[in-house]
Amino acid sequence: MSKLIADTEIEIPLETFPIHKDTDPAQRNEWKQPHRIILILIGLALVGSAIFFLRWDWLPNYGDLILQGLWRTIWILCVTVFLGFLLAVPLGLAQAAGPAILAIPARWFCTIIRGTPLLLQLWLLYYGLGSLFPQYPWIRGSELWPYLRQAWPYAVLALTLSYAGYEGEVMRGAFAGVPKGQLEAARAFGMRRFTILRRIWLPQAIHRALPTLAGEAVLQLKSTPLVATITVVDLYSVASRVRQDTFITYEPLLLLAAGYLVITGIIVFLFRRLERLVPSRLG
Amino acid sequence: MADGSIIPEAVWQTLALLSPSPPGWGGNLLRGLLHSLQIALGAFGMGLIIGTLGAYGKLYGSPLVRDLAGIYTTIVRAVPELVLILLLYYAGTDLINRTLEMAGYQRIDVSGLVAGIVVLGFVQGAYATEVLRGAIKAIPFGEIEAARAYGMSPTLMMRRITLPSMLPYALPGLANLWLIATKDTALLAVVGFSELTLETRQAAGTTKAYFLFFIAAGALYLLITLFSNVLVARIEKWARRGMPSIREARS
Repeated sequence: MSKLIADTEIEIPLETFPIHKDTDPAQRNEWKQPHRIILILIGLALVGSAIFFLRWDWLPNYGDLILQGLWRTIWILCVTVFLGFLLAVPLGLAQAAGPAILAIPARWFCTIIRGTPLLLQLWLLYYGLGSLFPQYPWIRGSELWPYLRQAWPYAVLALTLSYAGYEGEVMRGAFAGVPKGQLEAARAFGMRRFTILRRIWLPQAIHRALPTLAGEAVLQLKSTPLVATITVVDLYSVASRVRQDTFITYEPLLLLAAGYLVITGIIVFLFRRLERLVPSRLG
Repeated sequence: MADGSIIPEAVWQTLALLSPSPPGWGGNLLRGLLHSLQIALGAFGMGLIIGTLGAYGKLYGSPLVRDLAGIYTTIVRAVPELVLILLLYYAGTDLINRTLEMAGYQRIDVSGLVAGIVVLGFVQGAYATEVLRGAIKAIPFGEIEAARAYGMSPTLMMRRITLPSMLPYALPGLANLWLIATKDTALLAVVGFSELTLETRQAAGTTKAYFLFFIAAGALYLLITLFSNVLVARIEKWARRGMPSIREARS
């Protein structure tokens, strides 16, 4: 079975937001084409009519809650992307170069995470573990119990594992894609294995994975609203709260969509800056 | 009952919850799985149609069409699926009912199945557009030039040249999309459509055997994934016949 997973190449990683823009000169942006101006005017008119004709009087009452939700969404996103990436490096390394005893579990971990819906994983951890823990007195008595009773540790755990599963697969390809000559040169210089990893292998692998990392970060942002289903108050759950309180459906959802668009734009922008920092000609 | 056999007995009782007949919940899970598969298939098919149109629009359309397709793919890929599902689900059913009322007809209940297919298909279409656009751009340009030189009409060229020769380039991306479609059906649990994840949660909530049911459902999803992988590998082998294998092409 594991041979099968090894041999099927599922992925050309989907770059959700391609950093390498089309170099086709015909597609280069020219904002002054007449149809673009008309489209922009139509867009402005839509936004304007949304502001004037829809109901926004609930907005001031929920200002604090929205800021709180926004903060929690961004916080969860940053923490899970960071922790998930830390976990993905050993996962990718084990699959790319590890002995079978490490490579096979790592591969199974990635397959299982990528083969089941995140919602299911989240509910398994929250309802499953959450119902299991109270049965053991030593857990109830431990220092961690106040945290384990809340929902956010489960949300962070599930999202971290999910990101690690997807990114572990990407890192496997990135580690395998570093040219052999680089590693052989490092070995010829007499570097220890850990030094090779730290100075040569990891930096080049990360550079290779960077465009996909941005796409995965956007995907991770799009997974964060799922934590609302286990009672974590994030940006999305504020919108459903408004809907329940005031029976206003569209306005909060539209605002929410706009909010996510803005955050996505910021993530793509940041990763583009990050990629420009690294010299781009690598062997 | 206090002898050594009590543990297998308890395990047996727990596992009996999975049996397909009424005291067990296996039947519900399988029904949920069927719904999930129906939605995933429908959404994937609709995504393919939208994606083909979108890719052609982006590559060959007028500047206006290109910009509209660009706006569509950018917005759909930047907003979480859950938000899109809620927006389209509420707004879509509301819009249909308002139009029907204005035209003087009765309100109708849009079935969850149809709504789910349309909403997920709309989301899939954006990703499929990008996959197919990339695949069409990967076709050696001489093939298309040759077809034009023979005077083929655009539809004939699409049927005979573009679609068949883009298939090997598109397959990995499309396989990925299919897996995403099967997993995205779980999101419909949030709007209350009884697909696999929601059925699982109901079963788990009623019997309190959370681990058992969630792991069983996970195994079902995993089976779909592994089975799809095998199938995709065969299709890919067929589509790439006569071309160098992926490994040879890379080296």
